[in-house]
Amino acid sequence: MTYVADVGALARKDLLLELRAKETLPSMLVFVVATFAIFHFALPHGTRHVAALGLLWVALLFTALLALTRAFVAEREEGLFDALVLAPCDRSAIWLGKSLAVLAFLVAAEVVALPAFGAFFSGVDARTVGAVALADVGICAVGTLLGAMAVAGRARELLLPLLFLPLAVPIVVGGVGASAGAGGRYLLFLAFYDAVFGLLSWAAFEYVVAEA
Amino acid sequence: MIRARKLAKSFGERRVFADVDLDLDRGELLLVTGPNGSGKTTLLRVLAGLAAPSAGELTLPPRQTVGYLGHAPLVYRELTPLENLTLFGRLYRIPERRERIGMLLERFGLWEVRHERVATFSRGMQQRLGLCRTLLHEPGVLILDEPANALDRDGLELLQAVLEDRRRAVAVATHDPASVEGLATARLAFA
Repeated sequence: MTYVADVGALARKDLLLELRAKETLPSMLVFVVATFAIFHFALPHGTRHVAALGLLWVALLFTALLALTRAFVAEREEGLFDALVLAPCDRSAIWLGKSLAVLAFLVAAEVVALPAFGAFFSGVDARTVGAVALADVGICAVGTLLGAMAVAGRARELLLPLLFLPLAVPIVVGGVGASAGAGGRYLLFLAFYDAVFGLLSWAAFEYVVAEA
Repeated sequence: MIRARKLAKSFGERRVFADVDLDLDRGELLLVTGPNGSGKTTLLRVLAGLAAPSAGELTLPPRQTVGYLGHAPLVYRELTPLENLTLFGRLYRIPERRERIGMLLERFGLWEVRHERVATFSRGMQQRLGLCRTLLHEPGVLILDEPANALDRDGLELLQAVLEDRRRAVAVATHDPASVEGLATARLAFA
């Protein structure tokens, strides 16, 4: 129960910070809708639905990257990792709280993004929504861990995409696969990715925040 | 509470400090002095358990008994003092959190502004809040890096009272040792 309370307090803190600063979510919304608008005019008329779905996944991935890049800004600018890691709570609670907050931003952005995609291209079915939900979990789990790693580096804004995008390839494969037809198999693949990388990220965070 | 033998820290080829021996027990105050870049902050981070030494033996107390104040006050600027201290109070599992937070905010002159965002505070007020956060869980060991930064006369008096409290072991790094000189039981000067 204490662990859950710690995670809740840390996630609530991040949601409060965003509510006050209003920096991450508005930029995610503008980015994802602008991306769809650009694709809408850039692609030839009558582009196939499958190609549009591919664009949906690329747009969602880069929108998530925006949130992940800003996830540890407060901790980085104020040196707050020191205060958090000295607290006697389990350090993985810091990762889980941050992941949940990023997940909340991502879901909020997708509540706008998916209807916008429908308006610019074509509607999405339940399989695609399910795939997006599963992909969100994997993106947040892996991205938050890598965000914490990147924050310690000098070229952090460059480092995060370099670390994250290769690990996100399976998410795009699973997402496009689930959206484009062979749903069940790819949904299972996404769930498997979430379980494996979620567990690895949870276990690895302790070592990521420990300074050598 | 803290015991170090032949302690050394390097970053790659660059040696920050070496052969540091020290014992710090309850009621003692270690004064660390030296110019910028001499290794004071790195030593304090090692003593706080935030960085690992490169060599030597080091015995540290459990991390929940350490109160650390770095160069920055280590508080969230977009949260209020009350929200900051409530967060850290929960993470430190402080019983009767509300009373403890109220008492500290009163003592450090921040009660009236407890619902205002820290970003609107002067640097001195932020430092006072940083001290509140550091003392929140009644640590047995205090590690303070330039704690007098930006404090006004009243703030310095409050800090002095904290340093005079002999229930703790204290390690302080400062450019201006005069204010703490009389309280120090041990000194470590970096060149």
